[in-house]
Amino acid sequence: MNIIVCIKQVPDTNDIKWTENNTMQREGVESIINPYDLYALEEAFKIKKDKPDTKITALTMGPNQAESVLKKAIALGCDKGILLSDKKFAGADTYATAKTIASAIKNKLGNFDLILCGQFAIDGDTAQTGPEIAAQLKIPQVTFVKELDKVDGDSVYANRELDEGIETIRVEFPALICILKGYKETSRATINGIKRANESVITIYSSEDIGISPEQTGIKGSPTYVSKAFRPEHNRQCLFAEDVNTLASKIKEYIYE
Amino acid sequence: MSSILIYAEVTEDNYIHTVVFELANKAQELSQKINNAEIIALLICKTGLSENYKEAFSNSGFDKIYIVENDRYTHYSTELYSKAAIDVISEINPDIILIGATTQGRDLAPRIAATMHTGLTADCTGLDINEQGKLAATRPTFGGKLMATILSRTLPQMATVRPKVFKPADKNNTKNTQFIYKDIDISSIKRKVEFIGFVKTLNSAINELDSADIIVAGGKGMKNEAGFELVKSLAAKLGGVVAASRDAVEMGLAPQSIQVGQTGKTVTPKLYIACGISGAIQHTVGMENSDKIIAINSDKNAPIFGICDYGIVGDAFEIIPELIKNL
Repeated sequence: MNIIVCIKQVPDTNDIKWTENNTMQREGVESIINPYDLYALEEAFKIKKDKPDTKITALTMGPNQAESVLKKAIALGCDKGILLSDKKFAGADTYATAKTIASAIKNKLGNFDLILCGQFAIDGDTAQTGPEIAAQLKIPQVTFVKELDKVDGDSVYANRELDEGIETIRVEFPALICILKGYKETSRATINGIKRANESVITIYSSEDIGISPEQTGIKGSPTYVSKAFRPEHNRQCLFAEDVNTLASKIKEYIYE
Repeated sequence: MSSILIYAEVTEDNYIHTVVFELANKAQELSQKINNAEIIALLICKTGLSENYKEAFSNSGFDKIYIVENDRYTHYSTELYSKAAIDVISEINPDIILIGATTQGRDLAPRIAATMHTGLTADCTGLDINEQGKLAATRPTFGGKLMATILSRTLPQMATVRPKVFKPADKNNTKNTQFIYKDIDISSIKRKVEFIGFVKTLNSAINELDSADIIVAGGKGMKNEAGFELVKSLAAKLGGVVAASRDAVEMGLAPQSIQVGQTGKTVTPKLYIACGISGAIQHTVGMENSDKIIAINSDKNAPIFGICDYGIVGDAFEIIPELIKNL
């Protein structure tokens, strides 16, 4: 099987920096693989364990330093890393990001059976890019998947964790599946994996390479934009308790008033 | 004529999701700022079921309900529902589309947006119309550190909103609601996603949090299971319900079903006690409308103290046991 796992590098810091356009400054900030994406990778590794001839490609979009999360993905068990990097990609919203990734998949990655994504990214929390990639590629999407069950010929069974319960579905390939975080710890890099990662060369594609015009990508290709960013204002005034006794009285007062 | 379209989600239990009436209420306010735009609902359901829902829609402020019925709409399906939604949207060309940020809505909305090449803003906590008559959608962003107001250059302008962010319509709107049936041919769609089964697992904690008068929540500062036990003890002492911040959930201290915040529940109890929660916007948008908020935190500069009524600075591991004794 051919599996593409879309991963996102997210800042591993509380220190958010901003550009003049009110988009996030990513350069110069320490990055990690989005925790949800680790579970998407895990599902790919599970399939590969069952079907050893499976090829797993990790794909991300970002500045050149995003190479490091792809190397990490290879160390964990991916066969290959592809980085979409171009100044023209900067400032993309979910629509433009999905369009860019979908173009790369269509024009550069060829045939695939599955695309796996994390359901959320901890820095944006939109949960939109996965389904938008699927829509752009006109393939089925399956969201909120807690775990993949068995691969059955050209399809896979999956359990979706929805607001009201667990839904089981079977989806035909090619498809895009968004994976939720599980409770189990994800794999650690092996010595062999780290060696492979060090020896690997990450393929880098520009907008030209993937055949997307500058108007369709990055800030120019984004239908949405941040008009302002601000800290919310509150009109509560916090009074501080000197000791626990006073706090206890206050709690009683709030409950019984 | 301008219009605002609201997706009328039908739940697995076959009722109209409460978020639909919350969006309807917000839409009344938005409508007044864009030439009294029509408020339209889109209902997609199994053949014959729409009759059962008409009562729910009455007096809720809808001008029109577009109904698409088919026996293939027994369960939600991205493929079949997005086809109906896109066909109806293409016909009525709404200025704004509002969808509940439920698991169903979060699956459907991006599919529609990408297919129609338009923008979508997720999990909004505020909606307004700006001076140019555009939808100004506000959401916490960038790890919940800041609020961002997002505009769309394209039409329709789409947004999702989590349940309980807005107040529901109060059912006294006497507007005449028109029901319009649309026949959409989906016979040629061969589904690639086959429905196998559904097991209801509604977590009782979800309902408990919705109706709780007192909530005691634990965050990263509660550090470990022993710390979270303290949160539970305090909740038990007060007859309250336990909740958690995302950090506590990420650390495995609490299940996701009791997470409060932008990607969790929105709660409005009489009293909310935040223990070891720093107060990132991602969390506070889910609890800031509580009547009274108390915070226990070791860092006196923690943002949580900026949004609470009463606080104590100190080690929660010492304060909570003593507090329980004093209550």
